[in-house]
Amino acid sequence: MKALVYIGLKPGVLDPQGRAIARSLNDLGFDEVKNAFQGKIIELELSSEDKTEAKAQVEQMCEKLLANTVIESYRIELRD
Amino acid sequence: MQTAVIVFPASNCDRDAAMALEKVTGRAPKLIWHRDSEIPADVDFVCVPGGFSYGDYLRSGAMAARSPIVSDLVKKANNGLPVAGFCNGFQILTETGLLPGALMRNKNLKFVCRPERLVVSNVNTRYTSYYEPKSVVTYPVAHHDGSYFADDATLNKLEKDGRIVFRYADNPNGSMRDIAGIINEAGNVFGMMPHPERAVDDLHGGTDGLGLFKSIIESI
Repeated sequence: MKALVYIGLKPGVLDPQGRAIARSLNDLGFDEVKNAFQGKIIELELSSEDKTEAKAQVEQMCEKLLANTVIESYRIELRD
Repeated sequence: MQTAVIVFPASNCDRDAAMALEKVTGRAPKLIWHRDSEIPADVDFVCVPGGFSYGDYLRSGAMAARSPIVSDLVKKANNGLPVAGFCNGFQILTETGLLPGALMRNKNLKFVCRPERLVVSNVNTRYTSYYEPKSVVTYPVAHHDGSYFADDATLNKLEKDGRIVFRYADNPNGSMRDIAGIINEAGNVFGMMPHPERAVDDLHGGTDGLGLFKSIIESI
Protein backbone atom coordinates (compact mmCIF):
# COMPACT_ATOMS: atom_id res chain seq x y z
CA MET A 1 0.00 0.00 0.00
CA LYS A 2 1.11 3.56 -0.68
CA ALA A 3 0.43 6.63 1.41
CA LEU A 4 0.71 10.13 0.02
CA VAL A 5 1.16 12.76 2.69
CA TYR A 6 0.45 16.34 1.63
CA ILE A 7 1.99 18.89 3.96
CA GLY A 8 1.35 22.61 3.71
CA LEU A 9 1.54 25.74 5.83
CA LYS A 10 -1.56 26.46 7.90
CA PRO A 11 -3.76 29.30 6.72
CA GLY A 12 -2.47 32.63 8.02
CA VAL A 13 1.17 31.51 8.21
CA LEU A 14 3.32 33.70 5.96
CA ASP A 15 4.45 31.76 2.88
CA PRO A 16 7.12 33.91 1.18
CA GLN A 17 8.01 31.12 -1.28
CA GLY A 18 4.40 30.83 -2.40
CA ARG A 19 4.26 34.57 -2.83
CA ALA A 20 7.41 34.60 -4.94
CA ILE A 21 5.96 31.82 -7.14
CA ALA A 22 2.72 33.76 -7.68
CA ARG A 23 4.66 36.90 -8.58
CA SER A 24 6.83 35.03 -11.08
CA LEU A 25 3.76 33.47 -12.71
CA ASN A 26 2.21 36.95 -12.96
CA ASP A 27 5.43 38.19 -14.59
CA LEU A 28 5.11 35.40 -17.17
CA GLY A 29 1.68 36.72 -18.09
CA PHE A 30 -0.47 34.37 -16.01
CA ASP A 31 -2.55 37.19 -14.62
CA GLU A 32 -5.20 34.81 -13.33
CA VAL A 33 -2.89 33.62 -10.52
CA LYS A 34 -3.98 35.40 -7.36
CA ASN A 35 -2.05 33.38 -4.80
CA ALA A 36 0.27 30.38 -4.63
CA PHE A 37 1.03 28.18 -1.67
CA GLN A 38 3.99 25.85 -1.53
CA GLY A 39 3.92 22.57 0.32
CA LYS A 40 5.43 19.13 -0.05
CA ILE A 41 4.35 15.58 -0.78
CA ILE A 42 5.91 12.61 0.94
CA GLU A 43 5.25 9.19 -0.59
CA LEU A 44 5.47 6.22 1.73
CA GLU A 45 5.49 2.57 0.73
CA LEU A 46 3.91 0.56 3.52
CA SER A 47 3.79 -3.13 4.28
CA SER A 48 0.38 -2.70 5.97
CA GLU A 49 -2.65 -4.55 4.61
CA ASP A 50 -5.35 -2.78 6.57
CA LYS A 51 -6.31 0.74 5.47
CA THR A 52 -7.67 1.98 8.80
CA GLU A 53 -4.60 0.78 10.59
CA ALA A 54 -2.30 2.28 7.97
CA LYS A 55 -4.02 5.64 8.21
CA ALA A 56 -3.67 5.68 11.98
CA GLN A 57 0.03 4.83 11.68
CA VAL A 58 0.69 7.53 9.09
CA GLU A 59 -1.15 10.05 11.26
CA GLN A 60 1.27 9.23 14.06
CA MET A 61 4.20 9.66 11.68
CA CYS A 62 2.88 13.11 10.74
CA GLU A 63 2.50 14.15 14.36
CA LYS A 64 5.89 12.79 15.38
CA LEU A 65 8.08 13.82 12.46
CA LEU A 66 6.64 14.57 9.04
CA ALA A 67 4.77 17.77 9.89
CA ASN A 68 5.51 20.54 12.36
CA THR A 69 1.99 21.16 13.57
CA VAL A 70 2.93 24.59 14.95
CA ILE A 71 3.00 25.86 11.36
CA GLU A 72 1.88 23.00 9.10
CA SER A 73 -1.21 20.93 8.45
CA TYR A 74 -1.31 17.62 6.60
CA ARG A 75 -3.63 15.41 4.58
CA ILE A 76 -3.19 11.67 4.01
CA GLU A 77 -4.23 9.76 0.91
CA LEU A 78 -3.96 5.97 0.73
CA ARG A 79 -3.56 4.04 -2.52
CA ASP A 80 -3.44 0.33 -3.21
CA MET B 1 32.26 23.01 35.66
CA GLN B 2 31.85 20.63 32.74
CA THR B 3 30.18 21.85 29.57
CA ALA B 4 29.26 19.88 26.45
CA VAL B 5 28.52 20.51 22.78
CA ILE B 6 26.43 18.09 20.73
CA VAL B 7 27.80 17.31 17.28
CA PHE B 8 25.43 16.34 14.47
CA PRO B 9 26.34 15.46 10.91
CA ALA B 10 26.74 18.91 9.25
CA SER B 11 27.00 20.89 12.47
CA ASN B 12 29.42 23.68 11.59
CA CYS B 13 29.55 25.89 14.68
CA ASP B 14 30.38 23.09 17.11
CA ARG B 15 34.05 24.09 17.24
CA ASP B 16 33.22 27.79 17.60
CA ALA B 17 30.95 26.92 20.53
CA ALA B 18 33.63 24.66 22.05
CA MET B 19 36.22 27.40 21.71
CA ALA B 20 33.93 29.98 23.35
CA LEU B 21 33.11 27.63 26.25
CA GLU B 22 36.76 26.73 26.79
CA LYS B 23 37.62 30.41 26.81
CA VAL B 24 35.23 31.22 29.66
CA THR B 25 35.50 27.98 31.66
CA GLY B 26 39.18 27.21 31.12
CA ARG B 27 38.19 23.63 30.38
CA ALA B 28 37.47 21.95 27.07
CA PRO B 29 33.82 20.95 26.66
CA LYS B 30 32.87 17.35 25.94
CA LEU B 31 31.91 16.85 22.32
CA ILE B 32 28.97 14.47 22.21
CA TRP B 33 28.24 12.64 18.97
CA HIS B 34 24.59 12.56 17.94
CA ARG B 35 24.53 8.74 17.95
CA ASP B 36 25.44 8.59 21.63
CA SER B 37 22.45 7.81 23.74
CA GLU B 38 23.19 9.75 26.92
CA ILE B 39 24.45 13.12 28.09
CA PRO B 40 27.13 12.20 30.66
CA ALA B 41 25.99 12.76 34.24
CA ASP B 42 28.79 15.22 35.09
CA VAL B 43 27.72 17.72 32.40
CA ASP B 44 26.44 21.04 33.82
CA PHE B 45 25.55 22.83 30.59
CA VAL B 46 24.83 21.70 27.02
CA CYS B 47 25.17 23.77 23.86
CA VAL B 48 23.26 22.73 20.74
CA PRO B 49 25.38 24.30 18.01
CA GLY B 50 24.62 25.94 14.68
CA GLY B 51 25.01 24.38 11.29
CA PHE B 52 22.82 22.43 8.89
CA SER B 53 22.24 19.21 10.81
CA TYR B 54 21.15 16.36 8.51
CA GLY B 55 21.33 18.79 5.57
CA ASP B 56 18.21 20.61 6.79
CA TYR B 57 16.22 17.70 5.28
CA LEU B 58 12.44 17.83 5.81
CA ARG B 59 12.67 21.00 7.97
CA SER B 60 15.63 22.72 9.62
CA GLY B 61 16.33 20.84 12.83
CA ALA B 62 13.59 18.23 12.34
CA MET B 63 15.83 15.17 12.10
CA ALA B 64 18.25 16.25 14.82
CA ALA B 65 15.33 16.82 17.19
CA ARG B 66 14.49 13.09 16.88
CA SER B 67 18.05 11.77 17.26
CA PRO B 68 18.87 9.48 20.22
CA ILE B 69 21.01 12.04 22.05
CA VAL B 70 18.35 14.73 21.81
CA SER B 71 15.67 12.56 23.41
CA ASP B 72 17.97 12.25 26.42
CA LEU B 73 18.66 15.99 26.25
CA VAL B 74 14.90 16.73 26.37
CA LYS B 75 14.52 14.50 29.41
CA LYS B 76 17.40 16.20 31.23
CA ALA B 77 16.30 19.70 30.19
CA ASN B 78 12.87 18.96 31.63
CA ASN B 79 14.66 18.12 34.87
CA GLY B 80 16.42 21.50 34.90
CA LEU B 81 19.68 20.99 32.95
CA PRO B 82 20.68 24.32 31.35
CA VAL B 83 20.63 24.05 27.54
CA ALA B 84 21.24 26.74 24.92
CA GLY B 85 20.81 26.43 21.15
CA PHE B 86 22.22 28.88 18.65
CA CYS B 87 20.98 29.14 15.05
CA ASN B 88 20.33 25.52 13.98
CA GLY B 89 20.44 24.71 17.69
CA PHE B 90 17.49 27.07 18.23
CA GLN B 91 15.63 25.41 15.34
CA ILE B 92 16.29 22.01 16.92
CA LEU B 93 15.03 23.15 20.34
CA THR B 94 11.78 24.46 18.84
CA GLU B 95 11.37 21.18 16.92
CA THR B 96 11.63 19.23 20.19
CA GLY B 97 9.00 21.45 21.79
CA LEU B 98 11.39 22.58 24.56
CA LEU B 99 10.89 26.08 23.17
CA PRO B 100 7.62 27.29 21.62
CA GLY B 101 7.10 28.44 18.03
CA ALA B 102 8.96 27.61 14.83
CA LEU B 103 11.65 29.09 12.60
CA MET B 104 10.53 29.62 9.03
CA ARG B 105 12.05 30.71 5.72
CA ASN B 106 13.27 34.34 5.90
CA LYS B 107 10.59 36.75 4.76
CA ASN B 108 12.71 38.15 1.90
CA LEU B 109 13.81 34.57 0.95
CA LYS B 110 17.45 35.61 1.23
CA PHE B 111 20.16 33.93 3.27
CA VAL B 112 21.30 36.68 5.66
CA CYS B 113 24.91 36.64 6.78
CA ARG B 114 26.14 39.75 8.58
CA PRO B 115 26.68 41.33 12.00
CA GLU B 116 23.32 42.21 13.51
CA ARG B 117 22.49 44.58 16.35
CA LEU B 118 20.33 43.10 19.10
CA VAL B 119 18.62 44.61 22.10
CA VAL B 120 18.95 42.57 25.30
CA SER B 121 15.33 42.84 26.37
CA ASN B 122 15.58 40.81 29.57
CA VAL B 123 18.75 40.78 31.69
CA ASN B 124 17.16 38.81 34.51
CA THR B 125 17.94 35.41 32.99
CA ARG B 126 20.83 33.06 33.56
CA TYR B 127 21.91 33.76 29.97
CA THR B 128 22.01 37.55 30.11
CA SER B 129 22.84 38.60 33.68
CA TYR B 130 26.16 40.09 32.54
CA TYR B 131 24.49 42.66 30.33
CA GLU B 132 23.10 46.07 31.31
CA PRO B 133 19.33 46.43 30.85
CA LYS B 134 18.38 47.38 27.25
CA SER B 135 21.98 47.19 26.10
CA VAL B 136 22.62 46.74 22.40
CA VAL B 137 25.03 44.01 21.36
CA THR B 138 26.29 42.89 17.97
CA TYR B 139 26.33 39.18 17.13
CA PRO B 140 26.70 37.72 13.64
CA VAL B 141 23.70 36.07 11.99
CA ALA B 142 23.93 33.47 9.21
CA HIS B 143 20.67 31.75 8.32
CA HIS B 144 17.99 31.10 5.74
CA ASP B 145 15.27 29.86 8.08
CA GLY B 146 15.29 32.40 10.88
CA SER B 147 11.86 33.98 10.76
CA TYR B 148 10.36 33.31 14.17
CA PHE B 149 6.69 32.33 14.12
CA ALA B 150 4.24 31.59 16.92
CA ASP B 151 0.52 32.18 17.32
CA ASP B 152 -0.71 35.36 19.02
CA ALA B 153 -1.51 33.66 22.33
CA THR B 154 2.04 32.27 22.55
CA LEU B 155 3.61 35.60 21.56
CA ASN B 156 1.54 37.47 24.15
CA LYS B 157 2.52 35.00 26.83
CA LEU B 158 6.22 35.22 25.91
CA GLU B 159 6.01 38.99 26.05
CA LYS B 160 4.10 39.10 29.33
CA ASP B 161 6.49 36.70 31.05
CA GLY B 162 9.64 38.49 29.86
CA ARG B 163 10.69 35.43 27.87
CA ILE B 164 11.70 37.39 24.78
CA VAL B 165 15.35 37.78 25.73
CA PHE B 166 16.83 39.30 22.56
CA ARG B 167 15.17 41.39 19.86
CA TYR B 168 16.58 42.53 16.53
CA ALA B 169 17.24 46.26 16.29
CA ASP B 170 16.73 45.96 12.49
CA ASN B 171 14.70 42.81 11.88
CA PRO B 172 16.60 40.94 9.12
CA ASN B 173 14.23 38.01 8.54
CA GLY B 174 10.62 38.90 9.30
CA SER B 175 10.57 37.40 12.81
CA MET B 176 7.38 38.20 14.65
CA ARG B 177 7.78 40.97 17.22
CA ASP B 178 11.47 41.22 16.23
CA ILE B 179 12.23 38.08 18.24
CA ALA B 180 15.86 36.95 18.07
CA GLY B 181 16.00 34.78 21.21
CA ILE B 182 13.64 33.29 23.77
CA ILE B 183 13.75 31.29 26.97
CA ASN B 184 11.49 28.55 28.32
CA GLU B 185 9.14 29.00 31.24
CA ALA B 186 11.52 27.38 33.75
CA GLY B 187 14.38 29.62 32.59
CA ASN B 188 16.88 26.85 31.84
CA VAL B 189 16.40 26.39 28.07
CA PHE B 190 17.37 29.23 25.76
CA GLY B 191 17.55 29.59 21.99
CA MET B 192 18.52 32.31 19.56
CA MET B 193 19.22 32.61 15.81
CA PRO B 194 22.28 34.90 16.07
CA HIS B 195 25.72 33.51 16.97
CA PRO B 196 27.17 34.70 20.30
CA GLU B 197 29.90 32.04 19.93
CA ARG B 198 31.20 33.88 16.88
CA ALA B 199 31.65 37.11 18.86
CA VAL B 200 34.06 36.12 21.61
CA ASP B 201 37.45 37.18 20.24
CA ASP B 202 38.89 40.40 18.82
CA LEU B 203 39.69 38.44 15.66
CA HIS B 204 35.95 37.81 15.28
CA GLY B 205 35.47 41.55 14.99
CA GLY B 206 33.91 41.90 18.43
CA THR B 207 33.50 40.26 21.81
CA ASP B 208 29.88 41.09 22.65
CA GLY B 209 29.06 37.37 22.90
CA LEU B 210 31.34 36.84 25.90
CA GLY B 211 28.75 38.32 28.27
CA LEU B 212 26.31 35.55 27.38
CA PHE B 213 28.80 32.76 28.07
CA LYS B 214 29.97 34.41 31.30
CA SER B 215 26.35 34.71 32.42
CA ILE B 216 25.76 30.99 31.84
CA ILE B 217 28.90 29.94 33.68
CA GLU B 218 28.20 32.22 36.60
CA SER B 219 24.68 30.78 36.95
CA ILE B 220 25.92 27.23 37.39
